[in-house]
Amino acid sequence: MNRKVLMCGNEAMSEAAVRAGCRFYFGYPITPQNEVPAYMAMRMPQVGGTFIQAESEIAAINMVFGAAAVGARAMTSSSSPGISLKQEGISYLCGCELPAVIANVVRGGPGLGNIGPSQSDYFQATRGGGHGDYRTMALAPSSVQELADFTFLAFGLAEKYRNPVLILSDGILGQMMEPVVLPDPIETNLPRKDWVLTGAKNRPPRVIKSLYLDVTVLEKQNFKLREKYRRMEREDIRFEEISMDDAEVVLVAYGSVARICRSAVRQLREAGHRVGLFRPITVWPFPYEALARFADKARFFLALEMSMGQMVEDVKLAVAGRTPVRFYGRTGGCVITVEEVVRQIEMLKEKTQ
Amino acid sequence: MIEEGNGCPPGEGAQDGPVRKVFVRTPSLKDVPTHFCSGCGHGIVHRMIAEVVDELGIRERVVGVSPVGCAVLGYDYWDFDVSEAAHGRTPAVATGMKRARPDLIVFTYQGDGDLAAIGTAELIHTANRGENITIIFVNNAVYGMTGGQMAPTTLDGQVTKTTPEGRMPQECGTPLKVPEMIAPFPGVKYLARTALNNPKNIMIAKRSIEKAFRCQIDDVGFSLVEVLSPCPTYWRVPPLEALKWIEEKMIPCFPLGEIKSP
Repeated sequence: MNRKVLMCGNEAMSEAAVRAGCRFYFGYPITPQNEVPAYMAMRMPQVGGTFIQAESEIAAINMVFGAAAVGARAMTSSSSPGISLKQEGISYLCGCELPAVIANVVRGGPGLGNIGPSQSDYFQATRGGGHGDYRTMALAPSSVQELADFTFLAFGLAEKYRNPVLILSDGILGQMMEPVVLPDPIETNLPRKDWVLTGAKNRPPRVIKSLYLDVTVLEKQNFKLREKYRRMEREDIRFEEISMDDAEVVLVAYGSVARICRSAVRQLREAGHRVGLFRPITVWPFPYEALARFADKARFFLALEMSMGQMVEDVKLAVAGRTPVRFYGRTGGCVITVEEVVRQIEMLKEKTQ
Repeated sequence: MIEEGNGCPPGEGAQDGPVRKVFVRTPSLKDVPTHFCSGCGHGIVHRMIAEVVDELGIRERVVGVSPVGCAVLGYDYWDFDVSEAAHGRTPAVATGMKRARPDLIVFTYQGDGDLAAIGTAELIHTANRGENITIIFVNNAVYGMTGGQMAPTTLDGQVTKTTPEGRMPQECGTPLKVPEMIAPFPGVKYLARTALNNPKNIMIAKRSIEKAFRCQIDDVGFSLVEVLSPCPTYWRVPPLEALKWIEEKMIPCFPLGEIKSP
């Protein structure tokens, strides 16, 4: 049994990656994720791995591409503006079907924004900020423990689907320190893969590519990729329900905001309100069906985000007009407080009496 | 000396008797029709790389990274492992490969747009880190696949789709000399500029490519060979004139020779 250690989210995520067999980390400085490259620069040489401070986020994601193409577990991380730069690389990773883990410690935007925590990259993470028809699984942890657990899990999921997996963290989760039980390290002798470039010894040559000049061939390839994305929807949707059994008001929140809402639910329950929290863990694939189960039971839904309203669109898609969906958001690095959530619920309940 | 046509596929032509076979397709080059335009230099460079790979006996541990541009389909011709890369990111992809599998022989094949325009940052920093990879840089002074636009290596006054009055240095800068630019970096070990304008220079180009690969095999460090290559289609000249154009216009601007050697 591993003992509890006190770590900040960015470092817990980094150590979990090492324990998942990641030996290649390529990064670039940007706040609030700087603990990741610093930790990897210290840790990778200890485990026989490689850390490179790349010349840009673009170079870093393409170094990940190269390491993945020859069969290594590789990772990069950044924060919002840097993740925008990686979108081309993410599209190529999806097109070439290469596994990788990419962490976004989201900060305020748009543009240079600020270094405060934010959830305003939800659209980019769930819809894809790069070109072409592609999807990336996006895991949204809401504690330092989950940052470690989900990062560990992400490497397995990336290889299961031969597709990049995103960790959608934020400036709060990355910076805060909490006790965490780190996962046991796995063997780095990874299973042999039948597609990696190892030199054409005793086998025909292999090609990693996303170029299909014949339109019907590319369409076929895109159908094949869609089948893979549908498999993710069937097999790997994750979510959590808190006090949902008799909830007449449903809060929907992910990541650090879900953490705040959890406290609000406790307070509201104590005051006699039947409030529950539905927390998507995979924001893509989004748990539409699981959330839709409550559409006819609840009086209304309240989506809460540190953004101007992005996930709320998925909540509306799930609820499909059967119940009112409200939104409350703070942005620009401002954080929603428990008191604000309680006030919103009291106000909305009055309105819908 | 040549008693049988160059490029004669194996199994055809006389094996016995007075006619001697002097050319066979090297195993690392697939026996497929070319998609390149007539008079294009890419086919020659593809073949030279395949021959060097076979002569050095590294086919089973070589991995190529093909660019975005005319040569993206390198894997249709080479009979060894190849990956595509996003436009210009080729040296970063090669860096990831070589760091993860130092036993592999990793090379990139890049055009002037891929290497010297959109991929300049990746080139400079890969070279400055002294990554132990090999870059084959095909300079034909023009963007081929997209229809003949100005490249960073387009000559002063050269007419292209995007320089209809000729490249004007005061607006577009001057032709970028890549090996000279990265020569001062200590991690850069071998640099050569070669040309495909005549058989002698082609032989020199092949020897330079071999030296570059040896540099990597012997763990010496970063190597790059620039090859001045004809593009008759977008120079708007017949193939023979294109070779003359290399000699008369390109070589004075891009002097041939080894710029750096370990």
